Amino acid sequence: MTRRGVMTGGALLYGGIASAAFGLPALGFALGPMFEDGTPDVWQDVGVEADFTAETYVPKVTNVVADVGEAGKTTIYVRKLDPERDSKSKSDKGKEPLPYVAISTRCAHLGCPVRYIQASERFACPCHGGIYDFEGKVDGGPPVRPLDRFYTRVVNGRVEIGERFSVNSELERFSPRDPSSHLDGLWQYLYPARPST
Amino acid sequence: MSKLVPPIPKFLRPAPPRPGQNGPSPNGDADGDGKGNGEPGTAGKLRQGAAEGGTQVVGWLDERSGMSPIVRAQLFRKVPKGTNWFYTLGSATLFAFVSQAVTGVFLAMYYNPDPSRAYESAAHITNEVFLGELVRGMHKWGSTVMIILIFLHMGRTFVFGAYKYPRELNWVIGVLLLVLTLAMGFTGYLLPFDQRSLWATVVGVNINASNPVIGPYLADFLRGGAEFGAATLSRFYALHMLLIPGLIGALIGAHLYMVAKLGTTAPPWLKAEKKSLSREEI
Repeated sequence: MTRRGVMTGGALLYGGIASAAFGLPALGFALGPMFEDGTPDVWQDVGVEADFTAETYVPKVTNVVADVGEAGKTTIYVRKLDPERDSKSKSDKGKEPLPYVAISTRCAHLGCPVRYIQASERFACPCHGGIYDFEGKVDGGPPVRPLDRFYTRVVNGRVEIGERFSVNSELERFSPRDPSSHLDGLWQYLYPARPST
Repeated sequence: MSKLVPPIPKFLRPAPPRPGQNGPSPNGDADGDGKGNGEPGTAGKLRQGAAEGGTQVVGWLDERSGMSPIVRAQLFRKVPKGTNWFYTLGSATLFAFVSQAVTGVFLAMYYNPDPSRAYESAAHITNEVFLGELVRGMHKWGSTVMIILIFLHMGRTFVFGAYKYPRELNWVIGVLLLVLTLAMGFTGYLLPFDQRSLWATVVGVNINASNPVIGPYLADFLRGGAEFGAATLSRFYALHMLLIPGLIGALIGAHLYMVAKLGTTAPPWLKAEKKSLSREEI
């Protein structure tokens, strides 16, 4: 151990500490939103129960992100649950199923807005041709899983929309995933849940 | 000292004395003021001062910075035979970058990266600010020009074999610059904040999200959260304005240093000529 070695090591050490002192907080500051839940649990009123039927979807505009104007708004397709027609979800075992089906218009391929076509009872995406059936399950094109849904409840005769959730091909519920994240088979392990949802 | 100073351009050099009129003539009239006393007159002093002014300033700077060997190495370096117009594509790309930087800085004086104001401020630049349409147009179309020029420059380097030893590192730096420039295109596309911007960014971020394992986290980083929101716009603005241009500037410095250090390559057809020559010799 030489004097020169100690001085060099000391200079590197203190330089490193000083750099880390501003570098690490700055990095954490930039990466922070990845690790905190940024989707507040709020219920939004979308109308009275009489507005909705089990046969067709009614488009409703809701705020997904508050305070960003038009960019934070999104359309949600809502209909009454049809116990005869709707497939049973594993997540509903032993529980009451959600009273209303609220389908997100965010395509499960790359996030373009899908629209519902009553004549064919399907959802169609304008960007890359993704097609979903009446329940939002993939019917064709590139999407990797069914359309996302939202929690629903009825309070004093009014329908309310809650948080988003994603579903796999058997309509089992998962935490919200980004479009293009798989939820079936081995693929689902390559697209983990995120702390931000 | 005199060795370090770059050569004085011809038009600034003092004209050689005419025989019998100026200079160290028998009558000793060195300054041409007709007095023949050897002292420069007012006109002569002015002429001399103007001629030496540039040299004086350069000399003053050089004495303190020692820059002149570096500047001379850049400006007066040798280029191989056969250097042609294709070799200007790199400079053209650099020019496009400088134009983007300048117009971008001035656009930032009027642009407002707030989700409720972004579209209006961009429209304000186009419709109301003096020359706003021109500056915004130059920035918008210039981005496309820059990407086209990068690919042409890259193609020239590839076809001419200029990426080979000892210039591999410069190729790698160039590829990083290409990726960063595409990232500039991606982040800048959101800033007008119209429908096209929004949906292109939504799709672009989700393409990032489709990466296995790191994808979902990468998308969260880009959006600044789980959903596209106010944080996304200011994040893209900061990346577009500060982080990526800084990285590009630093890498351009390294890229140019390597070019000056290693020199440029001759076009491949010249090498072929030489080869046939050496065959003949055998």
